[in-house]
Amino acid sequence: MSTPPPGRALTAKDFTTDREVRWCPGCGDYSILMQVRKLLPTLGIPRENFVFVSGIGCSSRFPYYVNTYGLHTIHGRAPAIATGLKCARPDLSVWVVTGDGDALSIGGNHFLHVIRRNVDLKILLFNNRIYGLTKGQYSPTSELGKKTKSTPYGTIENPVNPISLALAAEATFVARSVDVDIKHLGYVLERAADHKGTALVEIYQDCNVFNHMAYAFATDKTVKADNVIYLEHGKPLVFGKNRDKGIRLNGLVPEIVTLGDAFHEEDLLHHDEKADAPHLAFILSRLRYPEFPEPMGVFRCVDRPTYDERMQEQIDAAVARQGPGDLAALLTGSDSWIVN
Amino acid sequence: MIAEAHPPREKEVRRIRSAVIRFAGDSGDGMQLAGLQFSNASAIFGNDVSTFPDYPAEIRAPAGTLAGVSGFQINFSSYDIHTPGDRVHCLVALNPAALKANLPDLEPGGIIIVNEEAFDSIDLAKAGYLNNPLDDGSLDSYRLYRVPITRLNKEAVAGLGLSAKAVDRCKNFFALGIVYWLYDRPMEPTIEWIREKFAKNPETVEANIRALKGGHNFARATDLFPARYLVAPAPIAPGRYRAVTGNQAAALGLIAAGHCAAKPLFFAGYPITPASEILHELSRYKNFNVKTFQAEDEIAAMGAAVGAAFGGALAATATSGPGMSLKSEGLGYAVMTELPVVIIDVQRAGPSTGMPTKTEQADLWLALWGRHGECPLPVLAPLSPSDCFWTVIEAFRIAVKYMTPVIVLSEGYLANGSEPWRVPELSELPRILVEHPTDPETFQPYARNEFLSRPWAVPGTPGLEHRLGGLEKEHITGGVSYDPDNHEQMVDLRARKIAAIADDIPPIEVHGPESGDLLVVSWGGSYGSVRTACEELRQRGYAISEAHFQHLNPLPANTGEALSRFRRVLVCERNAGQFRSWLRFHYPIDAIGFTQVRGKPFPVADLVEAIELTLEGKDPNEHAAAGSRADGQRLHH
Repeated sequence: MSTPPPGRALTAKDFTTDREVRWCPGCGDYSILMQVRKLLPTLGIPRENFVFVSGIGCSSRFPYYVNTYGLHTIHGRAPAIATGLKCARPDLSVWVVTGDGDALSIGGNHFLHVIRRNVDLKILLFNNRIYGLTKGQYSPTSELGKKTKSTPYGTIENPVNPISLALAAEATFVARSVDVDIKHLGYVLERAADHKGTALVEIYQDCNVFNHMAYAFATDKTVKADNVIYLEHGKPLVFGKNRDKGIRLNGLVPEIVTLGDAFHEEDLLHHDEKADAPHLAFILSRLRYPEFPEPMGVFRCVDRPTYDERMQEQIDAAVARQGPGDLAALLTGSDSWIVN
Repeated sequence: MIAEAHPPREKEVRRIRSAVIRFAGDSGDGMQLAGLQFSNASAIFGNDVSTFPDYPAEIRAPAGTLAGVSGFQINFSSYDIHTPGDRVHCLVALNPAALKANLPDLEPGGIIIVNEEAFDSIDLAKAGYLNNPLDDGSLDSYRLYRVPITRLNKEAVAGLGLSAKAVDRCKNFFALGIVYWLYDRPMEPTIEWIREKFAKNPETVEANIRALKGGHNFARATDLFPARYLVAPAPIAPGRYRAVTGNQAAALGLIAAGHCAAKPLFFAGYPITPASEILHELSRYKNFNVKTFQAEDEIAAMGAAVGAAFGGALAATATSGPGMSLKSEGLGYAVMTELPVVIIDVQRAGPSTGMPTKTEQADLWLALWGRHGECPLPVLAPLSPSDCFWTVIEAFRIAVKYMTPVIVLSEGYLANGSEPWRVPELSELPRILVEHPTDPETFQPYARNEFLSRPWAVPGTPGLEHRLGGLEKEHITGGVSYDPDNHEQMVDLRARKIAAIADDIPPIEVHGPESGDLLVVSWGGSYGSVRTACEELRQRGYAISEAHFQHLNPLPANTGEALSRFRRVLVCERNAGQFRSWLRFHYPIDAIGFTQVRGKPFPVADLVEAIELTLEGKDPNEHAAAGSRADGQRLHH
């Protein structure tokens, strides 16, 4: 086991294991892995204090390729296992790597509750809208009617929207990026790392074997400017190749308008990631291609007490109030008697 | 008050060696509380005590119905006892349903104390009585005492300005006062308890104390009872004692294990009957640096415990059968990652939801085998409520030393039952040695020590960064491996590691003759009844022996040899024969089984009969089936 010499600044190489990365050639996971390895040494956290926890699926191979402590766990359970770890060890920086099947199908319950509790975890949700490891069944984020191995006649179920779901679960940090937009992905990951509390990052990830080009609308340079909208705190929602389109609210209904004589930037919806209530973020989460450009960036980032912090506070308060536990007194209890 | 009107007379005092009392009423009548107070008072008086609370699964079943009857049985004695008793000496029944549901357990000529005002036409009908049993002569073979408890209680607490409902709620204490007089129990501990419990509400304190004393005075002053009963203190080893239930003892054991290992305790649980009290207890002791986590489900509780164990905490979870089924996946993961976790299964009658408030010991096979793949792990079982304390500590000793999840099989009857427990000195607690490696030069995640355990390296240790996972591990390096030889070797190593624990646990002890005609075998919560039955038979001159198992996997190293010294082996357990199969799986013995699945502890009388039949060369179960039929008939008459 190698240890970086003390005093030397960490680099991406320090976070690289000697294991050969075994995702399919061209998989979007490679790009995400590179961005994470690049980010970790910049966070000022000793390498030994990082733990990457994953579930099951292609994305969940991730911990094997990051030279930190890691747990490749059980399908869907990573948020629960990470919760136990973070509560027991609040000093650690705990990251969860999961996929759309892992987090939203088999692990849906844990996903909901970890976000609701605001455990201080960074959750990277690789959403490729397909089951890759099991070779191509539809996932909970697959679009209605999608033909896959298990749905030769097309799916008959509505997909889940991870960002809407997270916001409904009182998420304190929600963001979205896409695997190949490395600059934006790096920015969003850094924002997540800086957030105290559960930080959910949905990453549009291309499964180039079973669902290739699922996100072409958001990655193809010739069209993406018209199909995505970059969220910036305090800024109006402007998009388009010529930055001449925007989103405004008509009552509670968002609509696309063209900037010009009728509408100006001040008429547009201005992004407020710090809004106390999640309503605006929720409306943004409902903007889906092709009707709307899909928002990229930080939907919501608010400061709330974390679960692990509150757990520790209760303990500290009890110790301050009652003193450290006296085991002999506890065992004796309040109703003991002596037999001579 | 009546007490003033009738000066007390000296009553005859009958000395008895032991007595079994059962308080029964509607689930809202405070019978559990009355029973607990009686058992505490008896323990403080110096008796040996064993209790058995029996309550409905419904929080408030329809009042007055058989489904809503809640009971609390106490066996107290002047000698060493191990069970809550088969036959009830005195039944306190606060309504007709309580009488009807509990009468079959009353001994012939036993005492019945009823609240006669509750025997009105409505409640009689709810209990399914066509005639009032107090009047129709059907209770003539018992000693029936009719007390207008509702009215007398109301008089006792009159003038305190309490609502009618609050007044009526005191009547359990009035009934308790009657029984305290009848069995000459000290009232002070209960009065003290009332003062503490209701300290914020002086009227309630006063009302409950008046009700208690009112009942006591009433019994003393009236000629209702011809005699009182005296059960002298039992010869108990000197020391400081307290009453504990199994779940309390388990919670204390978990905290003590943290002390023994000098480690913080992390406990994750999901509410489930009859295990929830462990979570409740632990969540009170924050100043012991105990972290409790009420998870979103059983799977998450198991997962969180594993996560905490990876982080270096002493991690535990507790559940019952349905939760165990859900934890199987996480248990397998803990076996593969070789992380120390203690899982307490407070067994209840299954399958599925089964009878959640009724006891059983039928999760043994689940504990031994309920995981996919070759997935061995140690299984222990406490033998009494207080033994849950020691068993949990032993489970952690094994978990940490051998880097493995350990299952503790408690059961509802131990979890809720209580007994006096000699409080140990801290110096009596074992030390649990924990080692975390720190040297990057020598560290290998799956290198093994002389116990075949891998090192417990925790995050935060520089240079020891490593990845664990559910994929098969390469021997020594811990890398992912699909190599056939390696898998075979790892399956073998994991199995040998657990099997070798047999040499690190006490040998099985045989009580009675070292060899002979019959060895009676029990495990877990059947200890008390089997022990009592065997003692009774030995006193009657039978040369029988018994052996009780607390370590179920691995079995103590001398098990085969000990069993082979007897011509016959009778395994008594409350399932369909799981431990008998386990013994026969390991040893070439033709063990006989005596089994019951009735949601209750073994009645001692049934065991005595089964053992006698076995000695005669007959099938013990045939007669037991007949016994059960008789029981059924009793319920119907």
